Amino acid sequence: MSEHVPALPVYTPPKARSLLEPHRLFLIAVFAVIIFCIVWFMRWDWIPQYQGRLLYGIGQTLILLFSTAIAGFLFAVPLGLVQVTGPRPLAWLAKGFCTLIRGTPLLLQLWLIYYGLGSIFAQYPEIRQSFLWPYLRQAWPYGFVTLMISFAAYEGEVMRGAFAGVPKGEIEAAKAFGMRRFTLFRRIWLPRAIHRALPTLTGETVLQLKSTPLVATITVIDVYAVISKVRQDTYLTYEPLLLLALIYLCLTGMMIVAFRFVENRIPTRGA
Amino acid sequence: MTDSAQAIEISNLHKRFGPLEVLKGVSLTANQGDVIAIIGGSGSGKSTFLRCINLLELPSAGTVTIHGETIAMKSDGHGGLMPSNRRQVQRIRTQLGMVFQSFNLWQHMTVLQNVIEVPVHVLGMPKDKAVEIGEALLRRVGLYEKRDAYPAFLSGGQQQRAAIARALAIQPLVMLFDEPTSALDPELVGEVLTVIGDLAKEKRTMILVTHEMKFAREVASHVVFLHNGLIEEQGPPAEMFGAPKSERLKKFISSIH
Repeated sequence: MSEHVPALPVYTPPKARSLLEPHRLFLIAVFAVIIFCIVWFMRWDWIPQYQGRLLYGIGQTLILLFSTAIAGFLFAVPLGLVQVTGPRPLAWLAKGFCTLIRGTPLLLQLWLIYYGLGSIFAQYPEIRQSFLWPYLRQAWPYGFVTLMISFAAYEGEVMRGAFAGVPKGEIEAAKAFGMRRFTLFRRIWLPRAIHRALPTLTGETVLQLKSTPLVATITVIDVYAVISKVRQDTYLTYEPLLLLALIYLCLTGMMIVAFRFVENRIPTRGA
Repeated sequence: MTDSAQAIEISNLHKRFGPLEVLKGVSLTANQGDVIAIIGGSGSGKSTFLRCINLLELPSAGTVTIHGETIAMKSDGHGGLMPSNRRQVQRIRTQLGMVFQSFNLWQHMTVLQNVIEVPVHVLGMPKDKAVEIGEALLRRVGLYEKRDAYPAFLSGGQQQRAAIARALAIQPLVMLFDEPTSALDPELVGEVLTVIGDLAKEKRTMILVTHEMKFAREVASHVVFLHNGLIEEQGPPAEMFGAPKSERLKKFISSIH
């Protein structure tokens, strides 16, 4: 075996680039100037005055996000499950629901439920006199229901894929050891499906955060509504919107970090 | 209760997949301490037969009796059978430790969690006791150090040994092995066979579907050769491999070697 093997070209790994290369220093400087201009030349003196309301608005946005995401996910599990296991009529019903909600704009659903259902409820004295009326008279229940339904429909589709994607062998192993059907679902199928779906769920929850400002159109006060109020009061355009962008960016960042933490509790390889 | 030495008795098992009849009446009795190796070419029905024992495949006809208890079956209305009492099937399955060709470990649990899952959540064993037993079993199969690892980070051989520990953890009456080394790289086959061989030595009742003829010859007390859904020949390994009677077994053995 003395055959001549042509030498492979020596692999030189790319040089680790330093942060202090000229073009980077230049970009850092440009960025610093922009930040400086934003802070120095724009008007931020209104912030202390609206501080309390802004924090309240952020709180409302987060409550709306998490309550609708959690409640929506609880609906998404059966929505996904019946599409995989049947019975057929239920599967079709779930499929139809997901298609309908996913196929129409969220804003349209919100207005249909708020202006439509809201005005229908008001016509019935039985409802007006019931203990529910003090809530049904307000806007937030309609915002909550709409956002929850929307999340349930999108996640129902995600969970359908996740349930169907759990390897058949793992389900079979659970059966082979005499697991009852509910135990199998609770211990193996559901956690395995959620584990598979987590990266998608992260993205969907971020999208849900950015759907919440729509409720401001039906008079629910979230952080977006507070910023709108600032704009009306101060006649400022860019400053409040820039702050709003920063707030959403920070919330998204924190959520992604939190989800990554949960995801990494069960490390995956490859898939 | 019949003879308690009889661990498994299967009589006249048939299995049809549509028009295709995979098993055409197979009967087999395993006494306590027997190690039965089922061999045969691909498509001979040996895996299907094993999966019919714990009803992962529903037989089309025939009876399965585990430790004197016959699994009650009724007609499914399409010419097949279905269990008439799901609880009975679930209870009997907890006496059969199944090891799969593709391991089928639960990927969202660590090795130890996989091993204690069935004892704790099916058999109702207290968790600390299950952990104690589980750790002892993992030590036996040489995976104690890997007890907190997730299956995806183990080699095939390690996964299969973990799967064997999982099956042993239910303290089964019979161990069922469905081609346990067929999905492994050649260099990993040995470690798994060593573990199975040790179990055979301690007179554990086992039914083993395998392609490892040399191994079957060493550990089995009884060898069954399936061909086209029927038992073509059966007997002690020395006879089966040393002096096969049927033409088909002769051909099969010479094609393997």
